[in-house]
Amino acid sequence: MDNIAGKKSALSWVVNLSVIALVLLWTIPTFGLLISSFRDRDQITSSGWWTALSASERNVIVRAAAPDSAVKVGDVWTISGSVLEGASGTVTAFGITSRAPVDFAPGAVATHRNGTVITVESDGAYRLEYAEEPEGGKGQRLFVTLKSAPGVTLENYSQVLFSEGIGRSFLNTFTVTIPATVIPILIAAYAAYALAWMEFPGRTILIAVIVGLLVVPLQMSLIPLLSLHNKIGLGKSYAGIWLAHTAFGLPLAIYLLRNYIAGLPREIIESARVDGASDFDIFRRIILPLSFPALASFAIFQFLWVWNDLLVATVFLGNNENQLVMTGRLRELLGSRGGDWDILAASAFVSIAVPLAVFFSMQKYLVRGLLAGSVKGG
Amino acid sequence: MANLALRNLVKTYGQTEVLHSISLDVEDGEFVVFVGPSGCGKSTTLRLIAGLEEVSSGAIMIGDREVNNLEPKERDIAMVFQNYAIYPHMTVKKNIAFGLRSSKASKVDKEARIQEVAGILDMVELLDRKPSQLSGGQRQRVAIGRAMVRDPAVFLFDEPLSNLDAQLRTQMRLEIKKLHQRVGNTIVFVTHDQVEAMTMADRIVVMKDGHIQQVGTPEEVYHSPANSFVARFIGAPSMNLLPAELSAEGLTLAGKVLDAGRWAASPVGKVLLGVRPNDLYIDEIRPLFEGRVSLREPLGSETLIYVETEHGEVIARADGRMPPEVGATIGLGARTEDLHLFDAASGVSLS
Repeated sequence: MDNIAGKKSALSWVVNLSVIALVLLWTIPTFGLLISSFRDRDQITSSGWWTALSASERNVIVRAAAPDSAVKVGDVWTISGSVLEGASGTVTAFGITSRAPVDFAPGAVATHRNGTVITVESDGAYRLEYAEEPEGGKGQRLFVTLKSAPGVTLENYSQVLFSEGIGRSFLNTFTVTIPATVIPILIAAYAAYALAWMEFPGRTILIAVIVGLLVVPLQMSLIPLLSLHNKIGLGKSYAGIWLAHTAFGLPLAIYLLRNYIAGLPREIIESARVDGASDFDIFRRIILPLSFPALASFAIFQFLWVWNDLLVATVFLGNNENQLVMTGRLRELLGSRGGDWDILAASAFVSIAVPLAVFFSMQKYLVRGLLAGSVKGG
Repeated sequence: MANLALRNLVKTYGQTEVLHSISLDVEDGEFVVFVGPSGCGKSTTLRLIAGLEEVSSGAIMIGDREVNNLEPKERDIAMVFQNYAIYPHMTVKKNIAFGLRSSKASKVDKEARIQEVAGILDMVELLDRKPSQLSGGQRQRVAIGRAMVRDPAVFLFDEPLSNLDAQLRTQMRLEIKKLHQRVGNTIVFVTHDQVEAMTMADRIVVMKDGHIQQVGTPEEVYHSPANSFVARFIGAPSMNLLPAELSAEGLTLAGKVLDAGRWAASPVGKVLLGVRPNDLYIDEIRPLFEGRVSLREPLGSETLIYVETEHGEVIARADGRMPPEVGATIGLGARTEDLHLFDAASGVSLS
């Protein structure tokens, strides 16, 4: 009996493992990016994001204050100050030569070979004692191992949002994305209803043409479309990119929605017709609410595609402050601030935060069957 | 209210004619049931009346209006579908109210009407539920309520009970019949179940292959079927039909000659002798058929027995308490007035 029901095939393990692998593959870097974006530059460069919750240790070289700041206390000259210079953390070890940078525990007394007595306390305070008035231009080198508490900073975000121009680009991207998602849905929903439920000559051919348009690469139409925009005076403007995204999104939108709407039970539509509803009533009162899962899933696709788009935005929008979108700005940042991981991590996270939010808030519509209860067994 | 008339109604799909010139008059307030095997054109007829399909030729009259070219909503009809077709995203109340949108009645009147219909259908407490929270029977009741609320001239029911389980079907059958007695609208009801047809109809329209076979009260189609198809289709278990020959000497049944009786004047030739299982009784003295019992189907109050005779298998009804044993040889008799004769070639009744 056990080979009939309840026995999992070996393949289901493969499936489960693949799913786990895929999930790890994209969540771990995302998570890392999120954590990195909250760490300051020193932390990012000195340790990996996975150590963010434990205290990090780093070795730094500080110079004590210059010898001319020495003051005479009693019969010794002393220089005192703090190795932390305003930062937070504790000193776990210090040294006075590059060969032995961690030889002394905090509070211990180290004697330099020139006779200077050096102490560094764990709170970072140092004290140098000289028998005679010290000379020279440079301060004494101190090798300090600093342990800093896990710190969380919003500094990166405030920097990218307000001084690197990401905030402005963020708004620009929204200005592109929202109309470029809504307009195709509005058009496609009407078209899909007509193609699914209204009888008119040439309907099948029209559907075939739309399916055919799915395979047209958009790169092919970029330049002709842009020169058309220039001819009719749209130029590089938001209206232009809305139209372009709408045009590129419509074939898929109509195709997806038509398939969904054609699958709605015929009786519901006929029943509404007998009940006295016009085509527009049926569309608005019956079709639209019932197609919500399809509309939502297409909205997610289109939103993500437009949000992440660089190509179309580069072609149809200008490069100025008022028109540069997130992807364009990130590309610029990579060029100009390529080594600044703190900036890049925060910028990247700003740009993926919205797609993530959209996905998680809408994903239930992808799986929810709104048709439950309409027909037998539904 | 109005009566419904079909005049030489023809429906073709491309080259195929599926309805061949159907004519029918339905009286005001009548409950007419279209019954027939699947593909006989009964649902097509209903959809033509509803305006969901275009008439190829002929006319449909509701009241005194020809409605051929009217939109469904202008025809003063309401329809109930087999799979309920209620709107899943609306509450029961909104579903029912949907049919009232185009009406010009005031909001108060509409509300009162909805409450009245909900009261009749016993679902006042269900008004705020969503269809997914209802059982099959309740959903069908919502569909009926949505049709009722408009008080149409003609109700159209397209196999509304087929999706329900047997017990619920019986119950809804009664409810629809009661509803008809109460509201009195004309009802056209389509079903493939002859029991539904028999129990509910004022008049039954038996259809086959796009032709009307017979129109009559349940008694008429049961007791005097117009042809062998109706005879076989109406009544369960179906009528036994056995080959026989009508000649000058009388009715010859497998070598046995019977008195031709009331068929003496009928043209001679090959015929089919029909007799219903419950018109047969065990008669060892002057049996019509003799044979061996091959199978029994106990139904409680009675038992169906399958008897192998020299003319073929004959089904008969026997007493439920003391049915003959399987293997026993028995004789079956019937009264002459319970016999039916049909022309063997055309199937037309010879009575």
